[in-house]
This record gives sequence, C-alpha cells and structure tokens, in this order.
Amino acid sequence: MTDTNQDLDAIVGQKYRHGFVTDIESDTVPPGLDEDVIRLISRKKGEPQFMLDWRLRSYRHWLSMQPPDWAQLSIAPMDYQAISYYSAPRSKTDGPKSLDEVDPKLLATYEKLGVPLHERARLAGVAVDAVFDSVSVATTFKGRLAKAGVIFCPFSDAVREHPELIERYLGSVVPYTDNYFATLNSAVFTDGSFVYVPKGVRCPMELSTYFRINEAKTGQFERTLIIADEGSHVSYLEGCTAPMRDENQLHAAVVELVAMANAEIKYSTVQNWYPGDEEGRGGIYNFVTKRGECRGADSRISWTQVETGSAITWKYPSCVLTGDNSVGEFYSVALANHRQQADTGTKMIHIGRNTRSTIVSKGISAGRGQNTYRGLVKILPSAEGARNHTQCDSLLMGDRCGAHTFPYMEIRNPGAVVEHEATTSKIGDDQLFYCRSRGLSEEDAVNIIVNGFCKAVFKELPMEFAVEAQNLMSVSLEGAVG
Amino acid sequence: MLKIRDLHARIGEREILKGIDLEVRPGEVHAIMGPNGSGKSTLASVLAGRAGYEVTRGTVEYLGRDLLAMEPEDRARAGLFLAFQYPVEIPGVNNAYLLKAGLNAVRKQRGEPELDAFEFLALVRDKMKLMQMDESFLSRGVNEGFSGGEKKRNEILQMAVLEPRLALLDETDSGLDIDALRVVANGVNSLRSPDRAIVLVTHYQRLLDYIAPDVVHVLSGGRILRTGDRTLALELERRGYDWIREEAGAA
Repeated sequence: MTDTNQDLDAIVGQKYRHGFVTDIESDTVPPGLDEDVIRLISRKKGEPQFMLDWRLRSYRHWLSMQPPDWAQLSIAPMDYQAISYYSAPRSKTDGPKSLDEVDPKLLATYEKLGVPLHERARLAGVAVDAVFDSVSVATTFKGRLAKAGVIFCPFSDAVREHPELIERYLGSVVPYTDNYFATLNSAVFTDGSFVYVPKGVRCPMELSTYFRINEAKTGQFERTLIIADEGSHVSYLEGCTAPMRDENQLHAAVVELVAMANAEIKYSTVQNWYPGDEEGRGGIYNFVTKRGECRGADSRISWTQVETGSAITWKYPSCVLTGDNSVGEFYSVALANHRQQADTGTKMIHIGRNTRSTIVSKGISAGRGQNTYRGLVKILPSAEGARNHTQCDSLLMGDRCGAHTFPYMEIRNPGAVVEHEATTSKIGDDQLFYCRSRGLSEEDAVNIIVNGFCKAVFKELPMEFAVEAQNLMSVSLEGAVG
Repeated sequence: MLKIRDLHARIGEREILKGIDLEVRPGEVHAIMGPNGSGKSTLASVLAGRAGYEVTRGTVEYLGRDLLAMEPEDRARAGLFLAFQYPVEIPGVNNAYLLKAGLNAVRKQRGEPELDAFEFLALVRDKMKLMQMDESFLSRGVNEGFSGGEKKRNEILQMAVLEPRLALLDETDSGLDIDALRVVANGVNSLRSPDRAIVLVTHYQRLLDYIAPDVVHVLSGGRILRTGDRTLALELERRGYDWIREEAGAA
C-alpha cells in the first residue's frame, strides 16, 4: 500500500516551467523611490503634465499610508527603496514601432512562453499585448481592431495618444487614495494595456495581454484600463509569468473596468507568476487591485481568475454595481501549494436597483499552502431587489495545508436576497482509490478530481484558455508518484 | 485464476482476516456470505488494493502474479474489478469521462487500441440499455446526486464496459429495491462467461435467487467456516449464521 499523503506531496511538487531569464540588455533605473524617480519615469514615457501631477499626488499620499495587515498572510517587511521602479529592454529607438524592431531575444522569450507575437502565428481572433518588465513590447492586430473602432494599445501610448480618455477615466474606479498598493501603483506605474470599445461595438476578437517580469530586483506596476461604451462587448485575458529568483519580487498592478449602459466586459486571468521554491524562497508578491464599475444600466462585468502562481497573492477583483439591473460575476480558482499563500476573493457592491451578483470561489490547498477566501457582499439601501449568490468551496490535499473562508455581508436593504454556501473537503483517499481501481494512475486521478472541482470556473473561460487553464492546473499538480 | 492462501490482514492493531483460503477458477461464480463484521468487505478491499489494510501473512496469486505487490490501477488494468459497496461521489467529473479514461487504460494494457469518443459512446450506450439507464447518466458527475440504486447500477455499468476477468461485487444488493435488484442481477448474469469469474460478497441470500452461484462460502470471524453449493445459502436463509459458528466452535 502506498502512503497517499506522500504521493500527493510528490504530485503537487511539480517544478515551475517558466523560470528562465532572458539575457537582454536593459535600461534599468537604480533602486530607490522619490519624486525624482517619478519625474524620470514620466519623462521617459513622454507624459503630459496632468499625468505627472497625478503620479506626484499619489506618491505624496502614499507616504502617509501603512501597508495593510488585515489579510491572512505573513509578509516579510518590504524595503521599497531596494526596488527598481523602471526597467525596459534597451533598444535604439525609444520604443519598437513594429514587430520587426523588437529584439529577437524578446520574441523568442514570448515564443517559449507560448505567446507567439507574429500575427500569422497567433491563434486567429486573439490580439495580444505583451508587457516585458516595465514596457509594452508589441501589440498585435492593432490595425484590424482600429477598423472596428476599438483602441487596444500599451497604456503609455494611450496616455500620449488619447489623453482625454485617460484623464476622464483613470482613477475613476480605483481612486489614487484607494489602498497602499494601488496608491503606490498610481505613483510609479509603468505600462499595461488600454482598451476602449466604442458604442454598440462587439470587439471582433479576444484581447489578451501577457505580462513577464524578467529583470532582477525590479517591481512590476502595470496599469490596465478597459472602457466598454454603451452597448459594447469585450472579452479580455491576461497571463503572467516570471523567472525563478531567490528574492521576492513585487507585482502591484491596478486594473480598472468601466461598463456603460448595456455593455459587457469579461475579464479573465491566468496567473502563473513564479511561486517560489518548496521552502518558500523567492517568488512574486502579487498585490493587485482590480475593480470594475457597472456604471450604466443593464451592464455586466464578469471576472474569471485562475491563480496558480505567486508566493503571495492578495487580490479581490470587485464589481461596483451602480447601474440598475447590472450584473457582477466572480469566478475564481486559487491554488496554494508548498508555502504559497493566497488571500483572494471579491467585493460586490450593490447600489442600483435589481442588481445581481454571483460569486463562485474554488480554493485548492496543498503542501503547506494557505488559501483564504475573503469576500464582501454589500447591499446599499438604494439597491432595491438586489440578489447575491455565493458559493465557496475549498479542497485540501494532505494534512499540512490550510483553507480559510471570511465572507462579509453588509445588507442595508431588507428586500435583498443573499445566499451563501460553503464546503470544505479533503481530496478523498476514497475518491483516489475509486479512480485507480478503474485503471487510472494516481496522477491522472488527482488531475481529474481537481479539474472536476474547478469545472464551474473553467467553463467561464474563453475556449482556448479553458484548455490552457486545465493544462496549467495539471502541470502545477503533476510529478513523480511514489 | 485467484488463489488465496492463509491470508491475514489487519487495520491498525485489529486483525480482521485470520487465515483465508480460497480458490476461484475461470467461469465460476462464488458467493461469500457472512454476518456483519465478519470480514467480507475487508477481503474485497484487500484484493482491490485499498490503502489502510496491512497484510500480515499469506499470499494472493492472480493470473499467476503476486496480486498484493500490485498497485490498485495495475490490478484494474490486469482485469480485476471491484464494484463498491459505497461508490464515492466525484463532483464535476463527468461519468463518461472517468469511464472512458478507465477503459482506455485497461485496453492499453491489453494491447488494444484506445477508443475515440464515438466508439466509446456506441459501446457505452449499448451497455446502458442493458442496465436500463438513461443517457443523461453519462453527462452527470460521477455518482453525484445519484440515488443508492443508481450508484449500484452505475457500478455494474462500469463492470459491463470494462469487461473484467475477475469481478468482486461488494454488497451490490444492499439498498436495492426488487426491480433494481433484478436489473443489476441481469447485468451481472449477462457477464457470466467461461473465462470470467465473479465473486459476490453479500449478507443476504436474496441476490442469489437471481444470480445462481457455483460455490457458497460462509465467512465469520475472519475465517471461512464452511464451503458448499447453492443449498448452503438457502440453509443460511432459513437458520441464520449462529449454527455454523457453534459447529465451528465445537470443532
């Protein structure tokens, strides 16, 4: 007989596959943070004055703030002066004007990651923006999107080319005073993606961004803003990887979504940042603020996340349901393996009448991982007829990991209907034995059980990425048995 | 096909099997009967390779191999099948998916080509008719929300699809109403063949009205106290188990 716990340990002890470093010359600002560094970032990006002013306001506010300590996480104190706040692959020009100008090594990196940037090679129908350390290196399908009136470009370009949209919407969902990490991001953000879908336009393809941290001792502070104007529709996916390094690296992103009346935004994340080694050395600190506002009536925002990487994950993709009849959704799979820690969940803020929200959270804990669901359902007095349904399931593998659930509810309208269901289960020896006695290897058995557990979330992902997520989950759990 | 010699097994400190000897040949149907706690299910579990049991003495030979040295999946691939007394639920895992994965693992071992989705569906639909199961079973989660009877039927469906050499049915009749029992028995009977052996583990002789065994064993206190033909089962039904224990105690 085999010891199931040991086998599970071996299965979940899989190595990280994206941990290579690209040897590329880069232009990296020395570590440290002060107003001069912020001015330098702003100047390098050729930003208008309003942008610099906003950054500086954020920075000054940040100096008065303390890092949050309410999460179920143990975080070593961070030295913000030891981080470099800007790193860009060096090139002759300020930025690549087309793919031909992009360093071949960089293209090879994305090839390795499975993100071929050449449009010919790309899956038909998916436009890709790739962010390498602090800058966006290429955006594909720009032309075809432009024909539909869709703007999809690096955030830096948007600041220069569409300042009126940036000024109007930036910080309108996540204000620069929002929280410690969002405020830091507002001061020092470097790049990210910008999307604007005009009225009545259904974006003709999936949009996606791949984020990659390469340089050591850098932080990545990307900023993404997606605006879906009235009656429009867009689906967006982000993927993330990083090299294996012994030190922790900070990734503090901000994502803002704005959905006007009858608009729909579907935002999917497959996060596979380097999680650190078995003993918890190194790995990415993924401290991210994501929030969408259903600003217009009958709008819909749907977050789907598959979080398998990072040493520490701290993120709560949220929906502010302002418009009447608007809908917010959150579908999440979070895996905490080895010594990974995840504190993740969502906030659903019901303001408009007949607003509806759905939360489906699947947490998987293995090794010594600690997985926490933290969610808030807030129903304001104005939210007549609001409804929420929350489903939180935890799956434990082995006996040294933990699963925690903190559902908060603030209901200030007596007519609201709020439901919460939660389950915690151990990946059963019985389930494993059942599958094995039908001829499946232990590894296959673990995979199908975990994928079954995640099914309700995976089916929300766009087709190509659902397959990718399943594979990623299998990879994160596979390994030698026995 | 199956040769058990002096098998002793325990859970923790408690010895459950205290010297089992049993031989099953191809084509035979054996019934192992006995009161609750006699070790019937333990025997089935040890043969299928469930963790948590320690074999302290004895050997089990299956098709010439040392069965106890094999992993559960290798036993399954070598044609051993256990119909569970309590089939587990695996939420979100498609019934058809698990069955196809199992079947292809077994076929691979037998040197047969794997079945694609269409071939598999054709096969499984055929078997489902036999078990009088609705096609919706295929797309449901494994045993998820199944009634007791549906779970048992599903076990026999799996057996019909996997076509084992040796099938162990652990209390497959428990919790079945008379109609379901008939369907399950039909399924089992249809699988009787000269090169396949079936071992029924059961508390009641009721099942044996529908599946006629060649050999009946009485297991009590971790030992086989008596072996006979069908009539032994009928006698047990009439007289209970105590007299066998008393006779064995006297001897």
